[in-house]
Amino acid sequence: MHEMLQQEAPAASAVPRKRGRAIVVTSGKGGVGKTTTTANTGAALGALGASVVLVDADVGLRNLDIVLGLEARVRHHVLDVLEGHVTLDDALVTDKRVPTMRLLAAAQTREKDDVDTAAFCDLISALRDRFDYVLIDCPAGIEKGFANAIAGADEAIIVCTPEVSAVRDADRVVGLLGDGRDVKLIVNRLRPAMVRKGKMLSVEDVNGILRLPLLGVIEDAPDVIVSTNRGEPVALDPASPVGESYRQIAQRLTGTLTGVPEIPREKSLFEKLFGGRK
Amino acid sequence: MFEFIQRFFGKPASSATAKERLRLVLLSDHLSLAPDVVEALKHDLLEVISRYCEVDVANCDVTFEQREKQVAMLANIPILSMRSRPAPPPAPPPPPARDPDPVPGAAPRPPRRKRRKNLTGSTAAPAT
Repeated sequence: MHEMLQQEAPAASAVPRKRGRAIVVTSGKGGVGKTTTTANTGAALGALGASVVLVDADVGLRNLDIVLGLEARVRHHVLDVLEGHVTLDDALVTDKRVPTMRLLAAAQTREKDDVDTAAFCDLISALRDRFDYVLIDCPAGIEKGFANAIAGADEAIIVCTPEVSAVRDADRVVGLLGDGRDVKLIVNRLRPAMVRKGKMLSVEDVNGILRLPLLGVIEDAPDVIVSTNRGEPVALDPASPVGESYRQIAQRLTGTLTGVPEIPREKSLFEKLFGGRK
Repeated sequence: MFEFIQRFFGKPASSATAKERLRLVLLSDHLSLAPDVVEALKHDLLEVISRYCEVDVANCDVTFEQREKQVAMLANIPILSMRSRPAPPPAPPPPPARDPDPVPGAAPRPPRRKRRKNLTGSTAAPAT
């Protein structure tokens, strides 16, 4: 998939592009996979040739950089830009694997209250003039960090795992997002075998409550953990089924793929025996 | 079907339990998030009862309680006396629609939210 990447950097264009889409990835509950979803959806969008910037809004608990494997390349962060210490271009981190993707890291030693909501909103607006997609990784919770992260976004992706706590929090967040945004759902960490045995909520169960357009379903697979360990987005692994799920999510966002998303099925005995990955 | 067989032979599948627990907790959440809706409901409830009895409005109490299998509306309405001839209901009676229009003269209801209609308990009033 990433063979077809374009070498041209998005920042190079002199004239502002048409207004890009600002999408916040949020969930309410922590630990459901917001950062992993942001990283992989962003990488998959970039691999499609779209210019994309990933903004880590989790000030104080920076993680998007390490999930992407870019932690050693971060020199400046979002508060450096907002406080005028560096230019936006100085703070944007490039990624050799995905030349059209940029990362704007969060400040690690600061607090969410240090971020001015209106200024953050203006920053997102400025990014929309330069990129096709602005993906905002929202912190857990519904306090100041959440308010900052959603302020500049006109679309939202709700990440929800098939757990009662995650569904309840997602429902609350959908209410807080209000009616003005286009909200879609990604069901993360589904275990098809447990669903079949009736031991896990199904995608239908979850979305019977949340009632959102379904953007995709991600299986709870070892690939994701392995790729995060390495800092290599699984979406860039052409052999990974989970990577393919992320690539399809990207295609649904761009509109090249339509129809009902595929729900991961249980692996056959053969796949279980021979499909293992290191 | 699978669920039915499991129910028949013993404990329900845990996903079914999770679904039911979610339904109840979300109903409670939505009620506590919509105090204005609850106030409007209380107002309308007292209006109807007042046609038949004289009630002690100052000491009325309407609450919602989550029980094991349902969310119940508990209304404690002290009655001072019965009216000898009940006041006629406002004509025409509202149709049994899911989203009836506000009763004329009642306090304006807050805007309704979407996506919440499937979450009502069996004995409780619609949450929103």
